[in-house]
Amino acid sequence: MSTGNMNLTLKVWRQKNNKTEGALVDYKLAGISPDMSFLEMFDVLNEDLITKGEEPVVFDHDCREGICGMCSMFINGRPHGPKDLVTTCQLHMRSFKDGDTIVVEPWRAAAFPVVKDLTVDRSAFDRIIAAGGFISVNTGNAQDANSLPIPKMQADAAFEAAACIGCGACVATCKNASAMLFASAKISQLARLPQGQPERYRRVQSMVAQMDAEGFGNCTNTGACEAECPKGISLENIALMNRDFGSAKFLSEEAL
Amino acid sequence: MSGFGNALSSSIGKKFIMGITGIFLILFLIVHCGINALIFINDGGLTFNVGAHFMATNWIIRAGEIVLFIGLLVHIFQALRLTLENRKARPVRYAVNDGQANSKWYSRSMGLLGTLLLIFLVIHLKDFWVVSRFTGIPTVDANGHEDLYAVMKEKFQDPVRVVIYILSMFSLCYHLLHGFASAFQTMGWNHSKYNGIIKGASVWYSIIISILFALMPIAVYTGLIN
Repeated sequence: MSTGNMNLTLKVWRQKNNKTEGALVDYKLAGISPDMSFLEMFDVLNEDLITKGEEPVVFDHDCREGICGMCSMFINGRPHGPKDLVTTCQLHMRSFKDGDTIVVEPWRAAAFPVVKDLTVDRSAFDRIIAAGGFISVNTGNAQDANSLPIPKMQADAAFEAAACIGCGACVATCKNASAMLFASAKISQLARLPQGQPERYRRVQSMVAQMDAEGFGNCTNTGACEAECPKGISLENIALMNRDFGSAKFLSEEAL
Repeated sequence: MSGFGNALSSSIGKKFIMGITGIFLILFLIVHCGINALIFINDGGLTFNVGAHFMATNWIIRAGEIVLFIGLLVHIFQALRLTLENRKARPVRYAVNDGQANSKWYSRSMGLLGTLLLIFLVIHLKDFWVVSRFTGIPTVDANGHEDLYAVMKEKFQDPVRVVIYILSMFSLCYHLLHGFASAFQTMGWNHSKYNGIIKGASVWYSIIISILFALMPIAVYTGLIN
């Protein structure tokens, strides 16, 4: 790992587990390269801590390519830090200045309990998806690609919604810790495609019910989620979800 | 019919209630502002009093007034409930939260702006609504209509009241600036062909309504209209 010349002060949230209270702890870091990613900077911190015989900072990460949705740091008051459309792993230290103080906190939401330090339990998202974020098809030979025509605009819109990586930045930044952008991305992705139609209105009801049961807050349309989403998921998806939910509850015969 | 209560108590149902009552209150403000703006005709309040007389005596309007109060109360209680629930959704606050990096301050402060408006509303209803409906307007104008305009002139001689009214219109403007466009998004009326129109209408509506209302105490106090 290349060495650099950046000196930083980190204020990192340390919390033993969900039962104990946490606090911000100060760490001084020297010789950080501007070419490091934010997570590589944390690797340096952890190596320092291990050498000193202290407990390393626990944080989530996996692919470090910006596509898996595991990394989840609330950096200087913003999820995934100061840059738009990037995850924490794709944030580089050149986005900061020598001598900066950086505050790093975990996602904060009742539905995302802290596991340890900067790692939170996001299985609430899994349960929302399991409630209806799928299509039921019989297995067998794959159909011919052209047997199910989908207009390009529809396909593109579905694809853009499908880009959600489920990182939870939308919940983290929302002043109400609402999960509407996340839930709506999956609902709208499937609602825009022919394969999603048979379960369309059942899906929106189940997924919204699960989202509410998990203890996420209520959306107040501040738009912070859309602004902070590393994948640029649009608020249009929430509007579509609301429309479908209204149709399902007030116009359709189908109950849950 | 079962399930409607269930639907309305869900997170999206609660949004629908806020949105629908909000749109209803937005429509009410157009009527309220339109009739009050009759004072700018500057005919000693004769036309304005005709409007006020109509509003006070027409049975459709009086029935609408009851619906208005119900809508207002639902809007207020729903907002209170949402605020409390949303607080619970984030029990531990952030040490550092850069809200202005991703959203407008007034979008995040609808509860505060709404509370200021509620305080204003208590003052405002006591000033005019209680007088016209209950305690009675003391004088009549040249047409024999109850002279609500005279009540207005008398109330707005007090500079403190004038300042409270003007400041409250700032709260109203910012509350509407978020609420107007937000109601459309909530109802699912988000469409690339109409979003520009909604956004534009939202800004123009909020500014025009608030300025017109704010001009009323100013015009009376400074004697611009007499």
